[in-house]
This record gives sequence, structure tokens and C-alpha cells, in this order.
Amino acid sequence: MTGSGKALGLRKMKTEPAIRSGADPVSPAGEQWTTVIRPRHPWFHLEVGEVWRYRDLVRLFVRRDFVAQYKQTILGPLWFFLQPLFTTLVFTVVFGRIAKIPTDGIPDFLFYLSGTVCWGYFSACLVETSDTFVKNAPIFGKVYFPRLVVPVAVVISNVLKFSIQFLLFLFFLIYYYQGGAPVAANLWVAALPLLMVQMALLGLGCGILISSLTTKYRDLSLVVSFGVQLWMFATPVVYPLSQIPEPYRRILVFNPMTAIVEGFRLAFLGASSIGVQEVILSVAVTLMLLFLGLVLFSRIEKTFMDTV
Amino acid sequence: MSTVIRIENLSKQYRLGVIGHGYLFRDLQSWWARLRGQEDPNSPVLAWSGQLNVRGDRVWALRGVSLEAEGGKVLGIIGRNGAGKTTLLKIISRITAPTTGEVKIRGRVASLLEIGTGFHPELTGRENIFLNGAILGMTVGEIRRKFDEIVDFSGLEKFIDTPVKRYSSGMYVRLAFAVAAHLEPEILLVDEVLAVGDAGFQKKCLGKIGEITQEGRTVLFVSHNMDAISTLCDRVAWIDQGEILAEGQVKEIIDQYIDSIMTAGPEDRKAGEPAGKIFSFKGYHLVDDEGQVVDFARVGAPFNIVIHYGCQSEIRSARLMVDLVFGHAKVPRLFSCPYEFTDAELARLPLEGSLICRIPALPLAPGIFDIRYAATVNGHLADKVAALVMVRENEDLFLAGRPGMGVDPKLSRYRCQFLVDFQWSLGSPGEAIEARRLGEMLLMPK
Repeated sequence: MTGSGKALGLRKMKTEPAIRSGADPVSPAGEQWTTVIRPRHPWFHLEVGEVWRYRDLVRLFVRRDFVAQYKQTILGPLWFFLQPLFTTLVFTVVFGRIAKIPTDGIPDFLFYLSGTVCWGYFSACLVETSDTFVKNAPIFGKVYFPRLVVPVAVVISNVLKFSIQFLLFLFFLIYYYQGGAPVAANLWVAALPLLMVQMALLGLGCGILISSLTTKYRDLSLVVSFGVQLWMFATPVVYPLSQIPEPYRRILVFNPMTAIVEGFRLAFLGASSIGVQEVILSVAVTLMLLFLGLVLFSRIEKTFMDTV
Repeated sequence: MSTVIRIENLSKQYRLGVIGHGYLFRDLQSWWARLRGQEDPNSPVLAWSGQLNVRGDRVWALRGVSLEAEGGKVLGIIGRNGAGKTTLLKIISRITAPTTGEVKIRGRVASLLEIGTGFHPELTGRENIFLNGAILGMTVGEIRRKFDEIVDFSGLEKFIDTPVKRYSSGMYVRLAFAVAAHLEPEILLVDEVLAVGDAGFQKKCLGKIGEITQEGRTVLFVSHNMDAISTLCDRVAWIDQGEILAEGQVKEIIDQYIDSIMTAGPEDRKAGEPAGKIFSFKGYHLVDDEGQVVDFARVGAPFNIVIHYGCQSEIRSARLMVDLVFGHAKVPRLFSCPYEFTDAELARLPLEGSLICRIPALPLAPGIFDIRYAATVNGHLADKVAALVMVRENEDLFLAGRPGMGVDPKLSRYRCQFLVDFQWSLGSPGEAIEARRLGEMLLMPK
């Protein structure tokens, strides 16, 4: 059992031929191969460890994304501020002032900003990894490196963008706190890194799942931006979970983003109706999607060059 | 030294039909049609069915290839265009997986299927060296150690902190090759990389490959350049139609290969079509404009083929048509040169003689192409011959480092097999932007 546990990705290519050539009647005993290329590998052969060997490449991709983005836009990082700011303003007017949705007693601007910042990171991870194969086909067709390096780098690049937007959120949090608003950041703030990791893994999982499917079905890529929008409305971004009546609530908690957004609000604003059960469910669904994505991705990456 | 690559019974099959099919909507459409017992509206139409290795909608790019490469040696791989050389390298470099069989490799593999992979125009030369190096499998530590050497080799010290979008195409290639040349893999795969750069730079690159093998590393070298193959390689494998046709000593295999290209004359006439009908072909050779027999055609240069023929009796008051067709494995008919003789010409047609077909500027990229020439009398096929012709790089035209011509990998004409005369200009007349005229290049004096 321990053997198959190891096989779940963390085993390096280097250790494996020793096991294989022993079982291979063709090669004489004692031959050591570093790589064995076969038509198919078992489905659990995920080679996540390979990404670690290529960590320098991940770093350089992140750097490239940052430099390229920074050099090409006039407004530069300012753009990162404007996007959540305008979205939040629109939400505040539409959902707060016109529709008058209650916000758990939090100032509505702050409430919507917290949702927008979280959702922004997740959706960026999802959308930008969902075209991994199609967008990188020219590079993938020329040289081998673990394909997973690309989506992983995207997820990490987006942390920078999130950090800038998070600072914006902190600024308004302090501003409202000074103004005497009933917001209470608490010890749960320490769980932020975990929330980030979960969002990153969820975005990565869904993104690579979609990118694998789009190698066969191109029209799925059209669904992505549209689907992400719909998904946002199935997440407590513009409303609090506490406002959702029971039968819907039971469905909503299967959406892993529900617990993440609510958890973020619990930590920084001190207002949420999230419980332990919901968090566990959310983590479980996240891991399931990630695993499914990895399995499909590692299967597709071997032959997608023949179909793209 | 021992074997570092062992290829066992490797096959790769491509499905023709699925390429371009990929829409969920169409799959549903096909499924719905099948459900109602109708014909699938998306069933593939076969375009390549003239080929031997196509069966149904599947094509074998490689079939049962077994090959071993010894450590520290250069193994050359030769064959016609579309023979499966590149597919083999792609499988070894893990870009695509085989259909059956396996490849066992000892050591790190780096491939030069195309240099400059992942270069980002906004980044500086320095940043791109790191990025490109990492993509090719180097660690940052390794790149840092070799950085000065790489810059030295490229000869771009002054421009190393300039974004590569400001580089000329030649500089771009220099930098890209410099990075690739400093990889330290145990096994290096090289494919046609020498088609780029000026002659001096090419020499430098060939030297570097020689140097690499001196250090005990293994190289797999795919090229159409027989001179480079014979200087660099220790052994050669000849692939044709996805199978290894021959493997062994360099000179021996190259001679066999060139023989097959040069003398694939009348012997290639298909069985069951005996010669000696009304009109038959006897053989051919290529000549240059001075009438000297040549072994190769050159890109963009005049192409003259002299075809000998014989007639049983005089052909009068008949329609005699001849045609010369160029093609390769993937596109059987690239272009053709059909001609119908006039009555006046027929009247003075000797019983034995030769026909000459001249193409003023051969519009083909370097490589091996199929040629077929046929004659019909009154619409009935009289004779048909298939042969191969080798087209080589034309240094006079393309290696002088002229901007935009064949040196920028992104714009390289050699991503195509067929070259045409073209020109880009802005919408308003007289305001031509950057004109790239093949015609002009060809008319330039040597």
C-alpha cells in the first residue's frame, strides 16, 4: 500500500527504472535507464515531482509574466487596483443600494470588495489556466518539460496581482474600522495562506480539467468566461450565505468557493455563518476536482500535440 | 561505450479524421445521426489516400522501428521528407507519445527541434537566455555558470540588455543557438537546425556539435545535408515510409541513399506496366544552365531535367501530352508542369531523343521531393516514371544574411515546402512597406 501511495505523483523518474528493468525480460540485468517512454502509463502516474525538478522554470515563467505584463500596459500595476474597485462600486450600487441585499451588518462596499478580491484571484487562476494546451502549443510542440509547469506558474503569477488587490482591501478595512464600522478582524486571519492555497489548487484543478477537455472540444473554451460568470452568482460574492434559505444552502455548500469566500469574511470582517462541516466539504470537493484535473491533464499531455 | 538509447519496435499512428474535428457540438451531431441510422455528417474525407502507409483514416508515421544509439557517438538519420524522422525525434524528446513500443533512455535528453523556443520579445537578451535555458532543461545555477560563455559564443555582448524584439533576425538566431549549444545533456537531438544562420555561423555550429561528441555525449542528427552527415556522424540510419530501411556505416548508407534518389529512374516503373509501348521513357538527368550534369537541384535556382524517350513508330496526328509532377509524402501533387505538343512539333519529333523541362526558379525548400513524369498518347497513359530529387540550400541566394529571408525562425520560409513570389504593401498604392520579393532575390546577380 505504501508503494502505490508513493506512486501518487511524488516519485521521481530516476527511481523508477530500477523497479521496471528488473521486471523487464528484454533488458539484461543491471541496465539502468533514466527514462522509459511508453504509449501509456498507469492513470495514477502523475509526475507531479517532475514539476519540482523544474522549479527554476516555474520561477522564470512567473518572472516573464510579470515583466511582460508590466512593460506592455501604460497603467501598469494601477490596472490591478481599478478592476476590483470599479466592480465593487457597481456591485454596491446594484446589489446594495438598488436590490438592498443585506450584508450581515458589514458596510456594503467592504462586503462586496472582500468577495470581489477573492473571486478575482480564483477566476483569474481558472480562466488563465484553462487554455494551457491551446495557447502553449507552439512551445509544447518543440520541447519537453512537464506541462504542469505552465499552469502552476500562472497560479503563482496571480498571487502578485492578488496581493496588490488585498492591500487595497486592507486599506478600506482600516478606513472603515477607523470610521467605527462593526468589522472585527480576528485570529482566523492566520488561516489566509491556507485559503490562498485552496483557491489556487481549486483554480488550477478546474483550469487544467478544462484545458484538457478543450484539446478535444474547442467549443468548451467559449463556455469558460460565461461559466465563470454564472459560477460567481452561485458563490456568496454579492450576497451572504446567511441570506440563503435552507434547500438552496444545502446545494450551495457543495461549491468549494462558498466556504472560501465566507471564510475570508469570517477572518477579516468577523461576520459569517460558515461552519466546520462546510469547510471540510469544500476542501474535499477541491481536492477531488484537483485530482481529476491532474489525472486528465497527465493523460492528455502525452498525445495532445497530435490533435491540436 | 554502452547503449544510451534503445528503441524497441516503436510505432506511431496518426488518425487523420480526428484532426480538426474537435467540437463537442459536432460529436453530439454525429452521435444523433448514428442514433437515427443516418450517415455521419462529420465523417472524414480522405485527402491522403494516395499514400502507401495510409489505411482507412489512420496513417503510420513510424512502423516497428528498432534502433540503438551508442554513447558518445553521432547517429545520423536520413530519409525523404515525411519519412518519419521528425516523428522519431519527437517521441524520443517526449513531445508526443508512441502508439506502441518503447524507448529507453539513459541520461538527460535535450532537443533542438527548433531553437529559440519560448523567447519573449519584451524580455532582454539576458532574461531570454535564462528563460530559454530553463525551458531546455537547465537549472538557473547551470545557466549562471555558463552565461559568459553563451554571450561570448553569440557575439552579442553589447546588446545583451536590449529586448530581443529590437534584435535583427540574425542576432535572434545567434542568441538562440548559443543557448542551445551550451546545454549539457547526455543526449542531444538535432533536427535541421543548420538550415539557419549565415555560412560562417553554420560552420561554428557544426564545430560545436563535433565538440559535444568529443566530450563523450551522444547526438542524434537529422539532416538533409549529406556533407554535414558524413563529416559528423559515426553511423547512419535511413528511414523511409516510417521504417528503417538500412542502418550502418556512414558512407555505405549515404551512397545507397543517394543512389536511390539519383538513379530511381526507369526501374521505378510500376510492375505490370512494361516499357516499349508507343512512347516510353528511358531515363533522366538534371543539368545546370551550362549543360553540366548535376546531382542536386538548388532552392530558387533554374531546374533543368533532361528526359530521354523512345517511340515505336512516328507519332503523327495524335495528341502527345507530357507532365512532370512534384510532390512529397504529405502532398503527393505539389505542382505539375503539363505540356501538350503541337502538331508542328510532333511532325519533327525524332524516334529517339530527349525532352527538357526547365523551371526558371525552383520554388521548393531544401529536402527530398518526389517527381513523377508521365506521357499520354490520345489521352491514354503511355508511360510513367517515379523518382526522387534532392533540393539543397542555395547559399548564393539565402545565406547572405539578407533581412527576413530564411534566417528568422519565426518568418523562416522553410516552415513551408513550397515558396512563392510575394509582396506585402499597405492599402494605399505606392506606399509599399517592407517588400519581400522572392522574384527579386532570384534575379539578383551572384
